[in-house]
Amino acid sequence: MKYVGRRLLHSVLILVGVSLLSFLFADLAPGDFYSALRADPRMSPQAVEAMRQRAGANKSFPARYGEWAASSLHGDFGYSLAFNAPVGPLLWPRLGATLLLTSTATLLAWLVALPLGVWQASRRNRWSSRAVQLVLTFLLAIPDLLLALGALVLAVESGLFPLGGIVSRGFSEMSTAAQVRDVVRHMALPVSVLALGMLPVLARHVRVAMAEAMDAPFALSARANGIPPWRLLLRHVLPAAMHPLIALFGFSLGTLLSASLLVEVIMGWPGLGPLFLEAVTARDFGVVLAVVMLSTTLLVLGNLTADLLLYRTDPRIRAK
Amino acid sequence: MKLGLAFLIAIHAAVFLAPWLSPYDYAEQHRDFPFAPPIRIHIFDAKGSAHRPFVYAVTEDAGSGMYREQPRVIYPVRVFAGGRLFGVDSPAALFLLGSDGFGRDVLSRLLYGARISLLTGLIAALLSAGVGLMLGTLAGYFRGWPDQVLMRGGELMMALPWLYLLLAVRALLPQHVSTLHTFILMIAIIGGIGWVRPARLIRAVVLSARESDFVLAARGFGASHWYLLRRHILPFTTGVVVTQATILIPQYILAEVSLSFLGLGVGEPVPSWGNMLSEGMQYHALVSHPWLLVPGFATVAVLLAYLKVADALADRTVTH
Repeated sequence: MKYVGRRLLHSVLILVGVSLLSFLFADLAPGDFYSALRADPRMSPQAVEAMRQRAGANKSFPARYGEWAASSLHGDFGYSLAFNAPVGPLLWPRLGATLLLTSTATLLAWLVALPLGVWQASRRNRWSSRAVQLVLTFLLAIPDLLLALGALVLAVESGLFPLGGIVSRGFSEMSTAAQVRDVVRHMALPVSVLALGMLPVLARHVRVAMAEAMDAPFALSARANGIPPWRLLLRHVLPAAMHPLIALFGFSLGTLLSASLLVEVIMGWPGLGPLFLEAVTARDFGVVLAVVMLSTTLLVLGNLTADLLLYRTDPRIRAK
Repeated sequence: MKLGLAFLIAIHAAVFLAPWLSPYDYAEQHRDFPFAPPIRIHIFDAKGSAHRPFVYAVTEDAGSGMYREQPRVIYPVRVFAGGRLFGVDSPAALFLLGSDGFGRDVLSRLLYGARISLLTGLIAALLSAGVGLMLGTLAGYFRGWPDQVLMRGGELMMALPWLYLLLAVRALLPQHVSTLHTFILMIAIIGGIGWVRPARLIRAVVLSARESDFVLAARGFGASHWYLLRRHILPFTTGVVVTQATILIPQYILAEVSLSFLGLGVGEPVPSWGNMLSEGMQYHALVSHPWLLVPGFATVAVLLAYLKVADALADRTVTH
């Protein structure tokens, strides 16, 4: 329990540190949302100053940070100047769309990567494993950006998949089954692109971890005792290889919000990515900060999950 | 490894010689040839007799976007003419990889664009590795508060999702500045964000090196800090530094391509692989003008070569 408490405290401290740091950084940056307004000849300097006053931009740094932190804890994340609304309500539907996309893709990638990596480790130095390795290395070198562009071409050429968005027109009039089918059809391409992007990294880690555990003396002795190969692989080697894989799984959870930015932008998925990009170009720091904080929170949570899982599964950590 | 290295050297040489190798200037527009497909080089003319390599002039079928060769006059490919490696006389055009919407030669832009994309990766990686080396050595050698600050600060940086951080920092900095400024800014941002991992690894190496017997012996003989670092400790870190740099370069090239793709990097008319690809984001353009994807394939080839080299280097450091 003491361990759990310590990890939890550590995570909270990191979040506070990151929020302070990013707030400070946004504060120090030259120019802000109002610089564009000031350059606009139709706005008088007094009007811009009044807007700043109303938004509280002239208050001291601690006061503004305090207000922002309080509103973040309520789920509002301050006020978006470009969208003229609290940031929270802008964020939530987008968050859902991103999570739907990335969690499906992550699940899919793990479901393929785990058996693939185990299989590869079990037949090292065979040509079949080498061939798969070649394909995976090639896949590793293809950026998400290009995969997404390729998927767009595929969608246009084949006409099988809808382009952009999450639902078709007239979605609300469809039956439930048709609604599900419609969303799945929209998801198919972005999910495959993301999963293909994740697959080589995951499979590589699984393969390396498995290969390392297989070289350990205990595996050799188990084999010498006549334990059949598949039982050896799944009951003896896989648990021993679990440690790095759990850490990787935590990382995988942590990137659920940040992995899909480019794919969302290219394929027109209404998630956090396009919103973030719009906020970036409008210099709307409310939204930028909120998205950065959300994805950081998830990353920290992912690491925390991994730590706790490791604590459960790895007795070496408990002994410390 | 050898193949990868040879390819990398060749492509960097090609980029260095871009003004000479490319048949046109990167900004030279041929208004009569928007989206011209790759030009074919012929050896046999319409009557079947052989010539030195030549091309036919092409003309667009009034506004249809379809191009047709005019097989009446042949235009021989001129080698070493006008300070360039090859070119053709004016009514004909030598678009070996087609042209973009402004009738600019894709091959020339690819070569010039590589200057931005590859150089950003290279310099930013050197920056990251350099800063990492400095901070990691300081922290590992002197311990105490520098070590604490580095480790805690590093944890904060590692908690932030990479691409979001990159975009957020880019958003905070001035956006409409000259090409050179953008280029330097981009290098500073990309390189400044990524120093944490190398710093931590180098710190670990320095920590173990400073405890070794010969360092203790040298210290016993009254060696100064500077002498110890230079003669005994820094040589230990070269392996890690080189491996980390080769891992970082492809990541940073990808970061540059992504930033420019999203319109936050180097802007028109200066080409970079990223902003060349963004022209392909309109999917109809991609399907009818697939040669616009060429920068993407170039990225894949470069990344693949770097991955191979990094793998080989990592293997080598592990076995030693």
